[in-house]
Amino acid sequence: MLAFLTRRLLTLALTAWLATLVVFSVLEVVPGDPALLMLGTSAQPEAVAALRHQMGLDQPVPVRYVRWVGGMLRGDLGTSLTYARPVADLVAERLAITMPLALMALLLSAGIAIPLGLIAASRQGRAGDWAVMAFGQVGIAVPSFWFAILLILGFSVRLGWFSAGGFPGWAAGAGPALKALILPAVALALPEAAILARITRSAALDTLREDYVRTARAKGLARRTVLLRHVLPNALIPVATILGLQFAFLIAGAVVVENVFTLPGLGRLLYQAIGQHDLIVVQSVVVLLAVMVVLVNALVDIACAAIDPRPKVQA
Amino acid sequence: MLNHTKRLALAAALAIGSALASGPVWAQARTDLVVGMRLEPPHLDPTAGAAAAIKEVTYANLFEGLTRVDAEGNVGAGLAQRWEVSPDGLTYTFHLRPGAKFHDGRAADSAAVKFSLDRARGADSVNAQKAYFAAIAAVDTPDPQTAVVTLSRPDGLFLFHMATGDASIVAPETAGTNKQKPIGTGPFKFDRWVAGDRVVLARNPDYDGPKPALERVTFRFISDPAAQVAALKAGDIDTFPQFDTYEALPQFRDDPAFTVMVGTTEGETILATNNARKPFDDVRVRRAMAYAIDRKTLIDGVLFGNGAPIGSHFPPHRAGYVDLTGLYAYDPAKAKALLAQAGYANGFETTLKLPPPIYARRSGELIAAMLAEVGIRAKVEPMEWAPWLEKVFKGKDYDLTLIAHTEPLDIDIYARPDYYFNHKSDRFNAVEGELNRTQDQEKRNALYGEQQKILAEDAVNGFLFMLPAATVQKAGVQGMWVNRPVQANDVTGVRWK
Repeated sequence: MLAFLTRRLLTLALTAWLATLVVFSVLEVVPGDPALLMLGTSAQPEAVAALRHQMGLDQPVPVRYVRWVGGMLRGDLGTSLTYARPVADLVAERLAITMPLALMALLLSAGIAIPLGLIAASRQGRAGDWAVMAFGQVGIAVPSFWFAILLILGFSVRLGWFSAGGFPGWAAGAGPALKALILPAVALALPEAAILARITRSAALDTLREDYVRTARAKGLARRTVLLRHVLPNALIPVATILGLQFAFLIAGAVVVENVFTLPGLGRLLYQAIGQHDLIVVQSVVVLLAVMVVLVNALVDIACAAIDPRPKVQA
Repeated sequence: MLNHTKRLALAAALAIGSALASGPVWAQARTDLVVGMRLEPPHLDPTAGAAAAIKEVTYANLFEGLTRVDAEGNVGAGLAQRWEVSPDGLTYTFHLRPGAKFHDGRAADSAAVKFSLDRARGADSVNAQKAYFAAIAAVDTPDPQTAVVTLSRPDGLFLFHMATGDASIVAPETAGTNKQKPIGTGPFKFDRWVAGDRVVLARNPDYDGPKPALERVTFRFISDPAAQVAALKAGDIDTFPQFDTYEALPQFRDDPAFTVMVGTTEGETILATNNARKPFDDVRVRRAMAYAIDRKTLIDGVLFGNGAPIGSHFPPHRAGYVDLTGLYAYDPAKAKALLAQAGYANGFETTLKLPPPIYARRSGELIAAMLAEVGIRAKVEPMEWAPWLEKVFKGKDYDLTLIAHTEPLDIDIYARPDYYFNHKSDRFNAVEGELNRTQDQEKRNALYGEQQKILAEDAVNGFLFMLPAATVQKAGVQGMWVNRPVQANDVTGVRWK
């Protein structure tokens, strides 16, 4: 276990360092001057120069890189060029929306997908299976932004049950805040649930063909008991792996849904920061996302090891 | 029976739904307002950034300048209740409102005025419109209620420039923190900012002027066009000024719950042309392009008919406007003949670089097609803002581009040396010099007319149309500006019917 953790930590450090190099050099190459962007088309050159100095952009490239990485090592993510606020604050604020959103979507998709996948597998080739497979196809095919718009049209514009996007802030209370996350979570969860249902189904089908399942049935265990006690735990390994990948995707990839619902999440922060050439925010958020993805994958590996001890023995 | 139960359940669900939807019932006129905006301001200091969104939250609501612009674009009293101008046009004596206070209780006196103007024109100023303050030689404060501004040269637009958000008066103690916690002198004060979603302002009970009818104003930021329409339809937004999803206007016009207003902006939209590059250095080529562009089709296609054509760099709603749209009436045959004269009988290849706004992208596609009709094969290149500013605007590395110049009365950009059009006209510059020496409005208007004619004759750029200012709002909202003479969402005069 210790070797496993050390290896994981090394991967983490290496990935983070590579991410800093890649994102820093890409942003150096991409044209665009944040100071000019802030002051616009009527700005006088000396005002732009003064702002560049204020932002520290007149320093040489290596100095800026070392300062940035050094700052991050001390836990200082820097100050946003456009918002003039500490990046750590910005990220914390945005994570307070993206994390609950991703968790809600994840629970929702697992809650829908795993039972559906099991049902489909146990009724292979029959109507229930077809229905689940059709749901899977549609769920994967429907773009989430389009589904999001449908949800808004139905539940906000027509029925008026939810507001059509936006986020009142946690200061407004947990009730209104969570309510604002429901539709986005559903929009995010659908495609994930579709993929997950198909994965669960095929994993369960593989397990159903195992000898021990036939043995269990032969000794008289009920279908349902076999399914829940023997098939499900074994089918969970691929499911958990995909779930982990999906969580990383949900955190980083919620940009589209956050845009449709105008949710001020991490994805939208990154998206806006790229548009505004807010180098510090883009750099720090990308590195943070890279670290989070590596961490989540490590957690999934640990979870898989807990579900099924065999691979650990082999390793 | 079962059917009946089902129906009851459905009715109950619907009742709950509509109860949730309608919210509290307003017995008397509402005193809150939710304003929709496309972009979120990066910060809330109007003196340190060009982003229009900053002024669209703060102008006249949070911050005041010495003077201010009203809904019609006239300059009137702001923090200064009156002023005198010396006959030579060099000395402005401003008399401040005696009771004016910043939101933190500090007096808004002549010292704050001196600080604000000196800060804007200083060596380390990061004001996006530093040029507005370039003529100031000194600011004196004979007493707390009087500020005397001395100019080094007459500036016909000085009072107008002092009315822009960039010239907002700020306090020395809070100037550094205005970006996050703006402290101004306006009738509203800053309440809270849910980053990425909304800024909330509350009525300032200590305001020394007339108090606004609204107690609470929320600015919500929704960039996605479909989401804007949905938010309006769902009732989340009360008024959406600068609504640029023009194709959605008809559905709001047809809905009695909404009103739609279409007014004017200061945004001259032009096909900016690099006058230094071949073949655009030849006036015949530039005129050929002007003949090749069908403004009517453009306005119908891009703005769904909302927007006025222009023949030079000047808005039709301003005094001094000269209608030059007939100078190069759409005539592809003439365009081809001019190109042949210039030696391009078979046309030529060029590029058209487009910044992100939807009007630019749509206009660009149409113009490329129109130019192709006369043999000019323009390759369309979409760009993001930052690279566009860096490469096209600053680096002047372009053939053609398309952009709206939204600053008011900005025809003077053609007199700037080194501006990105790479155009130089001694005739134009001579008129500009005279404009700066002229105070008389009639004479100024005549000079503006001359400038417009020079630009049109030279066909410096393709002059296309004025960006419209469309506002979609609930039928009960009154007092929003119809036109956009400056970047602002002045809600101080807004009330519910």
